[in-house]
Amino acid sequence: MLQHSSLDSVFQALADPTRRAIVERLAAGSASVTELAEPFDMTLSAIGQHIRLLEDSGVVRSQKSGRTRTVVLAPDALAAAERWFSQHRARWERRLDRLGDLLAADDDDIDQPKKSRRKS
Amino acid sequence: MTAPAIHRSFTIERTYPTTAKRVFRAFVVPAKKRRGFAEGEGFGVDSYTLDFQVGGFERTRFRFGDGPPMTTDCVYLDIIDNERITFAYSMTIGGAPLSASLGTMEISSVAGGTLLRFTEHTAFLDGTDSSAGRREGSLGLFEALARELEQHD
Repeated sequence: MLQHSSLDSVFQALADPTRRAIVERLAAGSASVTELAEPFDMTLSAIGQHIRLLEDSGVVRSQKSGRTRTVVLAPDALAAAERWFSQHRARWERRLDRLGDLLAADDDDIDQPKKSRRKS
Repeated sequence: MTAPAIHRSFTIERTYPTTAKRVFRAFVVPAKKRRGFAEGEGFGVDSYTLDFQVGGFERTRFRFGDGPPMTTDCVYLDIIDNERITFAYSMTIGGAPLSASLGTMEISSVAGGTLLRFTEHTAFLDGTDSSAGRREGSLGLFEALARELEQHD
C-alpha cells in the first residue's frame, strides 16, 4: 500500500478542502509555506497546522532553510519502484531471448570432437 | 533523509536447444557477452570490459539515446564451469545510485537441451524526488483512496 503512511492518517489528511488544495498545488512543484498560504484567508500558523498534519501522515515533507520552510509532495515511491522493477525484469527477459538467438546463430565448433575440429 | 531501499526478487528460465558448454561460453567470451547482454534496442554502449573470474569485474558504460550516462559494475563471486555463475552488480544513472543486485545463473542439462535459470534479488535505490514521482504521488494517493473506498461500498 502507501509507504510511510497508514491509510487512516492519509484519509484524515485529505478529509479537508484546504489540505486537498495544498496537495494539488504541491503536485505542480514544491512551495514555501508563505506561497501555500497565498490563496487562503487564514493565518500562517493555521496553514502551518495543516502542513504539519500532512507531514505527520507522510503525504508531504518539509525542510526549513533559514527563515523559509519549503514543502514538497512525498512521491509515491512504491509506484515508481514497481514500474522500474518491471522494466528491469523485462530487460532481463529480452537479454535471455537475445541469448537464445545468438546461440542459434552461433557457429563456434567448440562441441566438435578434436579429430574433426577445423583450425581457425 | 534518503528514501528507504525497496527490495524485490525474480526468477527467469529459458531452455535452449544446445549444450551447457555453449550456453556457459556466452558468459565467458567478452564479444559474446557484450552482444547478448550489454547491447540492446535503443542502447549506446560507450565502453565494455569483462574479466570473467572470481573477483573479476564486468564494467559497462552506456546510455539510452541521448539520456543520462549509465553504468553497470558486476563482480563475480563464484564460478563453477558450465554449471553456475554467482555475481553482484550495481547500476548508476547520471552518477547517482540506481540499484544493487545479487544474482545466479544456473545451467543444467534437460530434455531438449540446456536450462538456464536466472535468479536475482534487487535493491532499488533511486528514491529521488523527481517531478514524475510527485505527479504519481498525488495521483497515486487519490487512486489508492478511491480503491479503498470501492472495497468498502
